[in-house]
Amino acid sequence: MALLQVENLAVGYESVPVARDISFALDPGDYLCIVGENGSGKTTLMKTLLGLQDPLAGTIRMGEGVARDEIGYLPQQTQIQRDFPASVREVVLSGCQAKAGLRPFYNRQDKETAARNMERMGIADLADRCYRDLSGGQQQRVLLARALCAAEKILLLDEPVSGLDPRVTAEMYQLIRRLNEEGIAIIMISHDIDEALSFASHILHIGKQVFFGTKEEFLKSPEGRRFIGWEGGSAE
Amino acid sequence: MIAQLIEYMQYPFVVYAMVVGCLIALCSSLLGVTLVLKRFSFIGDGLSHVAFGALAIASVLKMSNQMLLILPITIISAVLLLRSGQRRQIKGDAALAMISVGALAFGYLIMNVFSTSSNLSGDVCSTLFGSTSILTLTGQQVAMCAGLSIAVIILYVLMYNKIFSVTFDEDFARATGTRADLYNLIIAIVIAVIIVVAMSLVGALLISALVVFPALSAMRLERSFRSVTICSAIISVVCALLGIIISILAGTPVGSTIVAIDVLAFLVCWIAGKAIGRTA
Ligand SMILES: Nc1ncnc2c1ncn2[C@@H]1O[C@H](COP(=O)(O)OP(=O)(O)OP(=O)(O)O)[C@@H](O)[C@H]1O
Ligand SMILES: [Mg+2]
Repeated sequence: MALLQVENLAVGYESVPVARDISFALDPGDYLCIVGENGSGKTTLMKTLLGLQDPLAGTIRMGEGVARDEIGYLPQQTQIQRDFPASVREVVLSGCQAKAGLRPFYNRQDKETAARNMERMGIADLADRCYRDLSGGQQQRVLLARALCAAEKILLLDEPVSGLDPRVTAEMYQLIRRLNEEGIAIIMISHDIDEALSFASHILHIGKQVFFGTKEEFLKSPEGRRFIGWEGGSAE
Repeated sequence: MIAQLIEYMQYPFVVYAMVVGCLIALCSSLLGVTLVLKRFSFIGDGLSHVAFGALAIASVLKMSNQMLLILPITIISAVLLLRSGQRRQIKGDAALAMISVGALAFGYLIMNVFSTSSNLSGDVCSTLFGSTSILTLTGQQVAMCAGLSIAVIILYVLMYNKIFSVTFDEDFARATGTRADLYNLIIAIVIAVIIVVAMSLVGALLISALVVFPALSAMRLERSFRSVTICSAIISVVCALLGIIISILAGTPVGSTIVAIDVLAFLVCWIAGKAIGRTA
């Protein structure tokens, strides 16, 4: 039973599609990498998958027993107000919010989840700092810790390593892989084709030609060859 | 002066007035941070004008309990404004400006045409800027304000974490399954209730100040959502208490006295914030 089944999806703004004919399936344990050029509609697709905007066409079906509150999400850019007063602990804990349902306060388990994920992301010592005073990379890790609090079955990551230094980037990939091995399905948007190809199980390439398949299939496909040549060339 | 104050405190209605004043100040400060950061403050302003229009109608109808009319009208407007504001920012703003100025004009017109009161400008003035003295509130008003304030405070405490999530990052909250629309709706209703309650203390035009200033002051000093909330509640209550005492002793209008002290408190916090190097 697929966690997520997408068929002939078109996504865009104000009924103008930016990407169309997207079909793919996500099974438990998959590691799906979404690649494509800037502006090809990757973020738009992710927002549509998350229900933040309506699909222009096609269907998104969630597998049985997958609830919204079992999905974690790391946005590419957030419109978090620059002057919002919030401590790191408060931000990470808010990842447990959906699971709390109508329960008004966080319980011990929520707090342990938050503490564990802060530990995982190496931000435990920042817990009482103000979110807006952190560096970009630190903020990214806080938001990832928050996403981890929410993720039980699926984790959606929109360029999770942008702005991180090489050491933290490597750790981040390591962590994502470990989460995947623990059974969480990953959907990650990435420009890092090497990383995508070494760890992902499936690739979704969007653009003029949409491709979906396993990594091996992608390497043989014309889109894959072109994309690797193109990205590899520009990345060096 | 102290002796005079103690003498006043002998009267139960003075004490009630102070208690109610503090409750109103407390609950109006609670949603200040959300209001400022969600750009909802303009909604607060518009709603206070709507409440004024509703009050004008209620007073012309000579309703014994005006809140029964003002509260529903303001809540409905809050819900409508929230809806329109969410869809399209610019249209929402224009609609809001129309509603708020229109309500102000109609309110004054209605009062002027239909009022039989001998002191019309006094009536208008007190609905706009609050009663000249908090001691003129009737027993029923005091009870109603106290009840609503306590309801708002309890609701806020129960919803605190949800308000944080929805205010901090609505997209994330929505994407992970928090019922953001429901909570936005509740926030809008609570704002409407706060405005109606606060109107009896400071009048229609000064409500925004009562709601926004303590939050802005606290944001100069504190860095986490919880400490900002607590700090703004304390600032608001202290300012209200000081304002009420001064207004009783010096005979100044209570609403503008409280707001003036809120402004002073903001200046103090701003300087203090600079001094401890927290430029925000
Ligand atoms: N809010 C919006 N309203 C209208 N058009 C938008 C909006 N956001 C993005 N677009 C347009 O939609 C297209 C796809 O944007 P999207 O953010 O999905 O690209 P992306 O693949 O994530 O790119 P990147 O690699 O730079 O993150 C772009 O052409 C962009 O201009
Ligand atoms: Mg993007």
